[in-house]
Amino acid sequence: MSVSAGAAKARRPRHPQRRRAGSEHLPGLGPWRWISLSPALIVFALFTIVPIVTLLLMSVHEVNWVDGSAVWTYVGPDHFFALDDDILFRAGIINTIIFALTAVTVQMILGFVLALLVSDVGIGKTAYRTVFLLPILVPGIVIGAIWKLMYNFDFGIMNAMVTSIGLSPQNWLGDPTLALASVILVDIWHWTPFCFLLLLAGLQSLPQDIFEAARVDGATAWQRLRYVTLPLMIPTIVVTFVFRTILAFKVFDEIFLLTGGGPGTSTEVLSFTIYRRFFTEDRVGYGSAMSLVTFFALALVIILAMNLMRRREPKT
Amino acid sequence: MTRASLLRHLALLSAAAVVLVPFLWIATAAIKTQIALLMGTLWFEPTLMNFEEVLFSKTSEYLHNFANSMIVATASTLIVLAVALPAAYSLAHLRWPSWMVHGLLGWSAFFHMIPPIMLAGPWYVMAQTVGMENTYSAIVLAHVTLNLPMGLWLMTIFVRDVPNELIEAARIDGAGTPAVLTRVVVPVVMPGIAATGILIFVFSWNEFPIALTLSRKDTATVPVAIAKYAQEYSIAYSDMAAAALLSTIPAVILLLIAQRFIVRGLTSGAIK
Repeated sequence: MSVSAGAAKARRPRHPQRRRAGSEHLPGLGPWRWISLSPALIVFALFTIVPIVTLLLMSVHEVNWVDGSAVWTYVGPDHFFALDDDILFRAGIINTIIFALTAVTVQMILGFVLALLVSDVGIGKTAYRTVFLLPILVPGIVIGAIWKLMYNFDFGIMNAMVTSIGLSPQNWLGDPTLALASVILVDIWHWTPFCFLLLLAGLQSLPQDIFEAARVDGATAWQRLRYVTLPLMIPTIVVTFVFRTILAFKVFDEIFLLTGGGPGTSTEVLSFTIYRRFFTEDRVGYGSAMSLVTFFALALVIILAMNLMRRREPKT
Repeated sequence: MTRASLLRHLALLSAAAVVLVPFLWIATAAIKTQIALLMGTLWFEPTLMNFEEVLFSKTSEYLHNFANSMIVATASTLIVLAVALPAAYSLAHLRWPSWMVHGLLGWSAFFHMIPPIMLAGPWYVMAQTVGMENTYSAIVLAHVTLNLPMGLWLMTIFVRDVPNELIEAARIDGAGTPAVLTRVVVPVVMPGIAATGILIFVFSWNEFPIALTLSRKDTATVPVAIAKYAQEYSIAYSDMAAAALLSTIPAVILLLIAQRFIVRGLTSGAIK
């Protein structure tokens, strides 16, 4: 479940008494130890470490393309200072945080309710789970396309629904006060199933005898939920919430298709700002500086979160 | 059926409807003519025109995009499995010091959480530098890198469960590491390999930002092609609906035949 739990288990030696024999006495272990691990090490070194170093280098240069080859001019930390005045970057940060926290909070609540409902349902458990899995497996860009049609002012189903209950039709994606909420709604639809799935797995791994004992003691369904299920589920809930929030910073596909960051800056999110600066505007150095700052900020959050999980681990 | 369980099913059915209605809505949009769609007509004559347009018209390259996606997703899935399986075996059973196990799995988890668009820039520059722009290799390598963390995590979890006795027994019989891997580990963790492979295939098929930045016209994958519909000045809504619907076929097939594996993969890794 948690990220550190797996690593800790992998570390624990399975046969302490055999350890003394030493792995070198077993046939064929020596070179294969490195051979089996090195492809993964090479991929990580070449395509994650080298790019981060490249980002560092690009962020202190101005990079221009002349006849298909790059011309680098050293500019020092100028790009980083310029970030401070970038209204798109600022809007991106604020919108992404609002987006992530709102969307994930709703996803967790809905996901938990659904998980509670499904975990006790007698028949049709697999059928429900199959349906709920669908949004996770469909391309994000397709989800964008679906909702672009549904949000359409003239023929979309959303306006058909609001007018049928007597409200006036809304410009879901074009109204600056509404656009971010519309995009958040799409994300809720997209990722609630994922929270549901993890919380359901958590619920199903709870020891059943405690519920039996609570029932014998005469606890009502509400009391069992409040005093047994919830306290036992807290670790799973915290882990799912934290990691889903960090993953929400990846949002790109749906926004690319639905609003392109607009109207104005109302749905501008970080991934999109980075894409825009680097690729659309071809500002390689500046885009790299923006990537790098975001990278280190997120890295800090992720490391804090991982440490939080590790401390929780003995209890889970 | 008691009243409580009736209410429970009612709540779940309405949740299922919320999930399904958007799919049904785009399915009806895909079999309407653009005019019927724009008019919002409730009664319409279903037509396959949009699908014909998307698949076979001279201006549409959708079949080509579909083939591109197939190539990229298949190649990156196979490479990730080929890299992750031995690495997972190595980490779980070949007694690496804990800093190596922790370091590699920790970096995987960390890298998995970083928005991929952050590395799209350097990847693009690297591809340009070695003359790999606009090739399948560039996208495949990027997808391998994006999915290797999840592959490594899941495979480590599955391979760790292979009993040590089994491996030791094979070793004592004189099997080297390659033989242990192919004759003992692979057969035992086959369900895990299936779960991992299916998920990686789907995620590679769905991936958009990297495919967008590293591909051009000839190498564009399905999501890039669908995004193009939305960027046109006057959007061909019904074509977009048909293209979107067609692109979900692999995921829906996999969901129907391999739900168990997908759930297993999603919950035991829990990092996507």
